[in-house]
Amino acid sequence: MAKSKSGAKVKKSLGDRIVDVIIYVVLGLIAISTILPFLYVFAGSFATEKELTEKAFFIVPTIWSLNAYKYAIRTANILRGLRNSIILTAVGTTMCMLFSLTFAYPLSKSHFRGRNFVMNMVIITMLFSGGMIPSFIVYRAYGLYDTYGALILPGLISPFNMIIIKKFFQGLPVELDEASYMDGANDLQIFAKVALPLSKPVIASISLFYGVGFWNDYFGSMIYLQSAEKYPIQIQLRSIILQSSAIVDNMANDFDMYGTPPDKAVKMACTVIATVPILCVYPFVQKYFTKGVMVGAVKG
Amino acid sequence: MAKKKMIKLPDGSEYEANRTSNSKYFKQHIWLYLLLLPGLIYMIMFRYVPMGGLIIAFKDYSPFKGMWGSPWVGFQNFTKFFSNNDFPKLLTNTLGISLLQLVLYFPAPIILSLFLNEVKNMAYKRCVQTLVYIPHFVSWVIIASLTYQLFNVTDGVFNIIAKNLTGSTFDILSKASTFWGLIVGQDIWRETGYGTIVFLAALSGVDQELYEAARVDGAGRWRLMWHITLPAIRGTIIMMLILRVGGILNTGYEQIFLMRNDLNLARAEVFDTYIYTKGIKNGMYSFSSAVGMFKAIVGMVLVLTSDRVAKWFGESGVY
Repeated sequence: MAKSKSGAKVKKSLGDRIVDVIIYVVLGLIAISTILPFLYVFAGSFATEKELTEKAFFIVPTIWSLNAYKYAIRTANILRGLRNSIILTAVGTTMCMLFSLTFAYPLSKSHFRGRNFVMNMVIITMLFSGGMIPSFIVYRAYGLYDTYGALILPGLISPFNMIIIKKFFQGLPVELDEASYMDGANDLQIFAKVALPLSKPVIASISLFYGVGFWNDYFGSMIYLQSAEKYPIQIQLRSIILQSSAIVDNMANDFDMYGTPPDKAVKMACTVIATVPILCVYPFVQKYFTKGVMVGAVKG
Repeated sequence: MAKKKMIKLPDGSEYEANRTSNSKYFKQHIWLYLLLLPGLIYMIMFRYVPMGGLIIAFKDYSPFKGMWGSPWVGFQNFTKFFSNNDFPKLLTNTLGISLLQLVLYFPAPIILSLFLNEVKNMAYKRCVQTLVYIPHFVSWVIIASLTYQLFNVTDGVFNIIAKNLTGSTFDILSKASTFWGLIVGQDIWRETGYGTIVFLAALSGVDQELYEAARVDGAGRWRLMWHITLPAIRGTIIMMLILRVGGILNTGYEQIFLMRNDLNLARAEVFDTYIYTKGIKNGMYSFSSAVGMFKAIVGMVLVLTSDRVAKWFGESGVY
């Protein structure tokens, strides 16, 4: 076989190249199997009900149709859910970032007195918690039942995210603090004018984590929200997936103008509506979050 | 985590911990304490008060009498739970799903990272990474909905194709026997890609010259992997294993809650779904708090034990 000795470039043997090809193919297949369900549902949401029932699988519909979307928007309260989710995510993420950044900053200073005490307090909450029922009773006693407060306030500071932010602050050069103290700046000014502007990567990635959490939340809304007009998109989507057939039957007459009630396509359209916002943000933040996670991957 | 490092501070001796008195330090850094305050109030109100609320596990709580007014019952809620027939069932299901995850899902990101590490074409690698991270950001509701659309018996893609090929359909969504596999399958599909991040991060720190040198010495692909790549991620693997073992009772209730139905309930009831059903649906607050407390304590013991074991083996541990 290939005897590779001197020379910077070591030639690959035939066996090596075959293994290479296998690796590339397997990775390609994994990537495809990840994305295929999304493509199918995306295509299906624009297809006619006829095509959906006749063809087992396709990723390009022969006839493009917007019926499912028209139907979803008209009947399923999907826009209301979308609006609620956008409000919840925007307000929730902003508040979480505010609390997490201000909490992490003092803890990132090695001279900060009381640091160990507070850090232990945080770590205890990572190890042990009151659990679902005591939390439910306590938050209800705070008057949070059926308000967005019950979804936002309990998660204001995720210990994990806070530690990632703290690590990032710790990585900022100490000389900056020194120089600012010399100029007579106080800690608040240093935090706001020096530390925060340098922390864009971690702010972007942690915002993404919090934002995705709010956008995706289902269980919290299910436990705490009672009024249907407050339901976020995930709850709407869930009820559509479970009940759509019934709704479609009721609305069948109303729907003659569009042809057959697109039961299957409506479910797909609603799935797409709930997924797309996340996928739109994702590419912009991706470069940040890999970095952010790496910082946090080193033990807290 | 607190290393006793003496503080080399910005503006000189004033800041040295043992020189400045506490009150002087406090005045100098009043803003740091003010910044910390909102978070501290949050921690107490939303993390510690609910912990205190666990006293209802030892009471017969009724919403009318309140947390303090309800009568004490000692360990009655706990004994009721342990002597209950549901207990072995919950334990079996929770451990069953967790162990299946440990065996099938835990190694998946490691293997995928090793594969990605072999790819020399950066554009291809980045493209694969971008795609496999996506499912992590998608909600369980959406994943449950995708699963339903792909696998339901009447018009799911999988079953239409299966029927054309084999003549029979496979009802994996509403059978108890397939439930664990279904849950772990979803986990693998959703988290494998994202799970590679920590391992790839560890691998990015490996000096490429190590590979070069070993290759010149005639080491093949497998030896490079065995002697360079795997040792580089050993610490990370152990850390993830600690977290995994520590969370063995956390089976992810949103996911299970969304996938379970009347037909597969026998294998689908785990601690968290049980706490929800008994507590919030049936109003047995004290009983389900006791279940929750049992779970939380066992969970904590597991985390601390596995952490200790890791340190025993010379790894750094998590806490």
